[in-house]
Amino acid sequence: MAWKMAWKSVLANKLRSFLSILGILIGVISLVVLVSIVSSATGSITDTISSLGTDLLSVSITDDKENPLRLAELDTLMEEDDISLAAPLEQTSLTAKYGYTSDESAVVYGTTNPYFSIQGLTLGSGRLLLQTDVDNMSYVAVLSYETAVELVGRPDATGETVYLDGIPFLVVGVLAEEDSSSGLSLSGETTLEVYIPYTTLSRVSGSSRYVSRFYLSAADDTSLERAELAATTFLLERFDQDEDAFTIMDQSAIEEAMSSVTDTLSLMLGGIAAISLFVGGIGIMNIMLVSVTERTREIGIRKAIGADLTDIMVQFLVEALLISVLGGLMGLGMSWVILQIANLFVGETMTLRLNLQVAWLAVGFCALIGTIFGLYPAMKAARKDPIEALRYS
Amino acid sequence: MIVFHNVTKRYYIGQNVVQALDRASLYIYPGEFVSIVGPSGSGKSTLMNIIGCLDTADEGEYLLDGQNIGHYTQRQLTHIRRRKIGFIFQSFNLIGKMTALENVELPLIYQKVPRKERQLRAMEALRSVGLLDRMNHRPSELSGGQQQRIAIARALATRPSLFLADEPTGNLDSRTSEEIMSLFHRLHEDGNTIVLITHDTEVSLQAQRRLHIRDGRVVHED
Repeated sequence: MAWKMAWKSVLANKLRSFLSILGILIGVISLVVLVSIVSSATGSITDTISSLGTDLLSVSITDDKENPLRLAELDTLMEEDDISLAAPLEQTSLTAKYGYTSDESAVVYGTTNPYFSIQGLTLGSGRLLLQTDVDNMSYVAVLSYETAVELVGRPDATGETVYLDGIPFLVVGVLAEEDSSSGLSLSGETTLEVYIPYTTLSRVSGSSRYVSRFYLSAADDTSLERAELAATTFLLERFDQDEDAFTIMDQSAIEEAMSSVTDTLSLMLGGIAAISLFVGGIGIMNIMLVSVTERTREIGIRKAIGADLTDIMVQFLVEALLISVLGGLMGLGMSWVILQIANLFVGETMTLRLNLQVAWLAVGFCALIGTIFGLYPAMKAARKDPIEALRYS
Repeated sequence: MIVFHNVTKRYYIGQNVVQALDRASLYIYPGEFVSIVGPSGSGKSTLMNIIGCLDTADEGEYLLDGQNIGHYTQRQLTHIRRRKIGFIFQSFNLIGKMTALENVELPLIYQKVPRKERQLRAMEALRSVGLLDRMNHRPSELSGGQQQRIAIARALATRPSLFLADEPTGNLDSRTSEEIMSLFHRLHEDGNTIVLITHDTEVSLQAQRRLHIRDGRVVHED
């Protein structure tokens, strides 16, 4: 009954009800949309990270004690029982050109053969980088599938010549097409990725021919910890027992770090949106106070014919609750629409989904806000003296 | 049965004390049709508020059906009003956004009467004031006389032990007033107790008994 009465009263003042709903509506939209975007982005980033495999370790050397790690030493490392493969990685940005195309910026990785299996990159056509390429500092390149399509114009680019900073490189292989692009970018554009021998890169870009960053893969999925231990022992021995000379990170640590960043981001955005919901609540209180004053006579009549404190209180509280929950549900609906529209623009790199958990949380929060901000006006209405209220005109 | 014994009520307006009722005493038997007359400012409204359990006396005793209302809380007063008093006001006091039927149902909602019974009783009350065919109209679509009949139906539906009418014909023309008064007579014939507060001599003369009030006291009756 109280709901029916409240519904009628909301409908009786459509414009006013809508305006008071608006604050809550915008609050819910900002809360749900922002958190949904962050959580969808997190999902797609962690997917990317875990698609890189969880059986690999990344090592960076921060202090080489003037005795830098040489490429050959990685081979020694690979001889450890618990370590399967090791590959150095150096990366730089160079301009790439094929035929008469204009210069495009490409990410060029300098590495060795094992890198491809460590990262789970499979060959589409041609061949991968070989040990002899590294030894001879050959000008050969392996392109990612997207790069071949983008730069050469077709996937089977093997045998073609591409120019990196003007230097000709023979394309010896093209990687297989991937489901999810590791060159993730929000704009939906492909990042050009070219793999060349480690030694060649250091010559071309003038970078050190020693190793400051490399990847390791464990012998099997379960031996990651033992692999880490083996690598640590090896590096401690190599760098005078100095623990601070290097860092070893496994993918799960990166994943954790990533998700803690995005959790903080969600919390922060959620907090900001919650403030706008709070402001919406104040709007509701404002309208309810006006409504209580305006309906003083009605309150007097109701009290005279037998409504007690609780009846009046419930009537106005339910009204505030109805307005806020209505705002919440409308906000949810509009959030869904906004996310669907946004999906048309972000392209295939990720899908924005309505975060259901946040959706229910938002509606619950609306109900809470409606109750809190409806309480004072409802109390004010309930406490009106019937004689005074009947005299009001 | 209504008994007032030396009921006193004071109001404070700033520094001034207004003695609205000054040791007023009266009694009204069940089934009686009594009018209370007096000039404005005589304490009529205060008397009505106390009889109608909208207010309590400062001093003296008020017995309604044997219950001493003297020191009831607001909530207890509300519950007495809900069960025993049927108000009829000068300005009708219907709720504008509700239909006639909903207005008549409203006190029954507060009495927690189940929906089916509530509708039956409300429709029955509307029938007895002759406005069943207007049950889906809003007050603004009805004439003054019709609105007052709806208000009487609203009081009737609750089967109160007392109909308390405050200048019920004050806003109506003489022909409509007669209609309303004949409705009161019919209620009276059906055995209801009616207290009618008015300053209109002609209207007051239609009651069985008249109580005159002046300066907060019941001065004489005839």
